[in-house]
Amino acid sequence: MSDNEMDTQGAGVRRTVWRSVAALVGMFAFAFALVPLYDVFCRVTGINGKVDTNAQALVHDNMDESRMVTVQFITRNGSGLPWRLDVETRQVRIHPGQTSEVNFTFNNQSGAESWGRAVPSVSPSTATRHVRKASCFCFEEQRLEAGERLELPLVFQLDRDLPPEINTVTLVYTLYPVDGKQAPLQAAAKTIEGDEA
Amino acid sequence: MAPKVPPQPTLEQSSTAAEAGHGHAHEAPPKGLMRWLLTTNHKEIGSLYLIFSLVMFFIGGIFALVVRLELFQPGLQFVNPEFFNQMTTMHGLIMVFAAVMPAFTGLANWMIPLQIGAPDMALPRLNNFSFWLLPVAFGLLLSTLFMPGGGPNFGWTFYAPLSTTYAPPSTTFFILALHIAGISSILGAINIVATILNMRAPGMRMMDMPLFVWTWLITGFLLIAVMPVLAGVVTMMLMDINFGTSFFNAAGGGDPVLFQHLFWFFGHPEVYIMILPAFGIVSAIIPAFARKRLFGYASMVYATAAIALLSFMVWGHHMFAVGMPLVGQLFFMYATMLIAVPTGVKVFNWIATLFQGSISFEPPMLFALAFVVLFTIGGFSGLMLAIAPADFQYHDTYFVVAHFHYVLVPGAIFAIMAGVYFWLPKWTGHYPHERLSQWHFWLSVIGVNLTFFPMHFSGLAGMPRRIPDYALQFADFNMVSSLGAFLFGFSQLLFVAVVILCVRGGKKAPAAAWGDYADDLEWSVPSPAPLHTFETPPNYQRPAH
Ligand code: HEM
Ligand SMILES: [Cu+2]
Repeated sequence: MSDNEMDTQGAGVRRTVWRSVAALVGMFAFAFALVPLYDVFCRVTGINGKVDTNAQALVHDNMDESRMVTVQFITRNGSGLPWRLDVETRQVRIHPGQTSEVNFTFNNQSGAESWGRAVPSVSPSTATRHVRKASCFCFEEQRLEAGERLELPLVFQLDRDLPPEINTVTLVYTLYPVDGKQAPLQAAAKTIEGDEA
Repeated sequence: MAPKVPPQPTLEQSSTAAEAGHGHAHEAPPKGLMRWLLTTNHKEIGSLYLIFSLVMFFIGGIFALVVRLELFQPGLQFVNPEFFNQMTTMHGLIMVFAAVMPAFTGLANWMIPLQIGAPDMALPRLNNFSFWLLPVAFGLLLSTLFMPGGGPNFGWTFYAPLSTTYAPPSTTFFILALHIAGISSILGAINIVATILNMRAPGMRMMDMPLFVWTWLITGFLLIAVMPVLAGVVTMMLMDINFGTSFFNAAGGGDPVLFQHLFWFFGHPEVYIMILPAFGIVSAIIPAFARKRLFGYASMVYATAAIALLSFMVWGHHMFAVGMPLVGQLFFMYATMLIAVPTGVKVFNWIATLFQGSISFEPPMLFALAFVVLFTIGGFSGLMLAIAPADFQYHDTYFVVAHFHYVLVPGAIFAIMAGVYFWLPKWTGHYPHERLSQWHFWLSVIGVNLTFFPMHFSGLAGMPRRIPDYALQFADFNMVSSLGAFLFGFSQLLFVAVVILCVRGGKKAPAAAWGDYADDLEWSVPSPAPLHTFETPPNYQRPAH
């Protein structure tokens, strides 16, 4: 093979290598870009029960009295925070458009103050976008002194355009420790998406 | 070995020529161990890959036999559940990343330069580095079994939070091992792609390339596209475990389901990485022994490309049962079924090639034919799993285990073995021992089917996968599976015997070892192939069709 041909071949190989490296870097970045994209996608579509954690205005036009929907509340402790979360009633039956208030009780059962947060989730996920919360403890982190009890309200409505096939909506609140102060193992909670989400 | 410096038109050579004076590596070939550590010869590196893969195949196989031993009867007899989980996980990881993938890379190293008339790979020294990363990676991975808390126990799919919050302390080493293995396959893929695109013999167009070269080119692109995503996922795991981030941790605003999306975005193309080169091998063998030209060469190329493109759009079929909106389920269901079309084109072409051929049943052909039949069974069970509403029944049962073992064992692995039998005469100059190869083939076929066919039934009846104990109703199926597994496992010793005997001696093979219809460029060089071939590019002649 002549030197000339060898040179063009070498240049071709170099070109292929650089293009591959560019593709590699791009795909690696893409994997990380999928993290916020996924989050935005889930919030916009309400998939995955990811709830908007901003207060929403209640709508005060008429409620739909022809329908009754059961709203169930489930509270869970996610990862070893020494707290209890209780709800005054396990379920309510309301009309779409009707405003309802339910009280939740946080109780720090340990001998030390700690920070925690109740992370909400809605099931079925198609109902997610139809739950409007005017006030919720789940919007922010809570700090409880040793042994402290704290009662906090949830004020919410179901949209009137809640899909007709949905007769039961379940709201799940899971307690998580905040800030790594009390965090067992690696449950340190640096929120990746911040507050704007 | 001639001390002559072969013309190596490579990146490295041109950039280092100044300091290295004239030539290196080949000038005084080091002896013994150093020769293998430092080799930049594509044939030697190819052999290293293949030997490594074979060793790992046996290690992964022993893990599988531990699993089958425990499942031979209901109840816990031999190992405790914790160790059982490590065995299923390590079996999967080793087979996928250390046995099947390196075997294909080894075949690529050996055969692609020969098939396109190139003197070596485009980047020979990088090639050496890619290989030697592998023993490091898998040495590290295997060593986790001896660490406190044991090795990975979360399944080869390492779903978070099993692999983060609840993982054994050795997980950081698992992540490192996967990173190193990933870098190895990325570098290997770049090398192969660069070789194919730039080093073909003058006159060989893309559409003249043998299908093994084509399928590897496309596999190379798949690897370059998805291995970085795998690297990204394990990096996120590493950060969740060690640096307090919460990519997959709901407590910090992350989401474990995101892990599954990222994993399967890598994972589904990965399963095609393990099967496309197999398609290439079978497409070379069937025409050779049917004594006909391959039917539909161009459609084979397009079908391969179509499968590769579609494979990026179907990852959701692993997640139907995880929770997904209806439109998502429908999309992934139909997209998955669409893959059956190009796959069907391939199977059709192989059968059309066989049609009215004058077929003979040498060992490579036996394995290739078994591939066509048994891989197709795996494709059909895949189609059943792709039906979203039905998958809720099958998901995470032994039916899935049956599916992917049909596509991977009598699929990918039989194709690798077919390739080894096919090219052994080229590598060693001898034909493989006929009788022994036949025994190996028949025992393997019987063993594979005994092992995996009953899993369809136990799966449909509801037996969950990845469990060390099971309900009594599954006892008979499991006993058959275990017996089959031991039969299959021990028959592979015959394979080792055939290879060793073939290296040592046997019936001499001519250059064109398999007749007129195995006429790609590799059959134009002597058997055994000399260490350096095509130092001056061959004159490529398009075969008259
Ligand atoms: C017609 C082609 C195929 C279709 C329609 C198909 C479909 C599927 C589906 C729907 C699943 C998920 C099942 C579940 O978890 O419930 C699955 C799993 C799997 N498939 Fe396929 N598949 C095909 C071909 C292949 C090929 C060629 C390979 C590899 C060579 C492969 C390897 C796997 C593996 C490894 C899994 C299981 C992953 C795990 O959960 O551990 N499949 N397949
Ligand atoms: Cu898949």
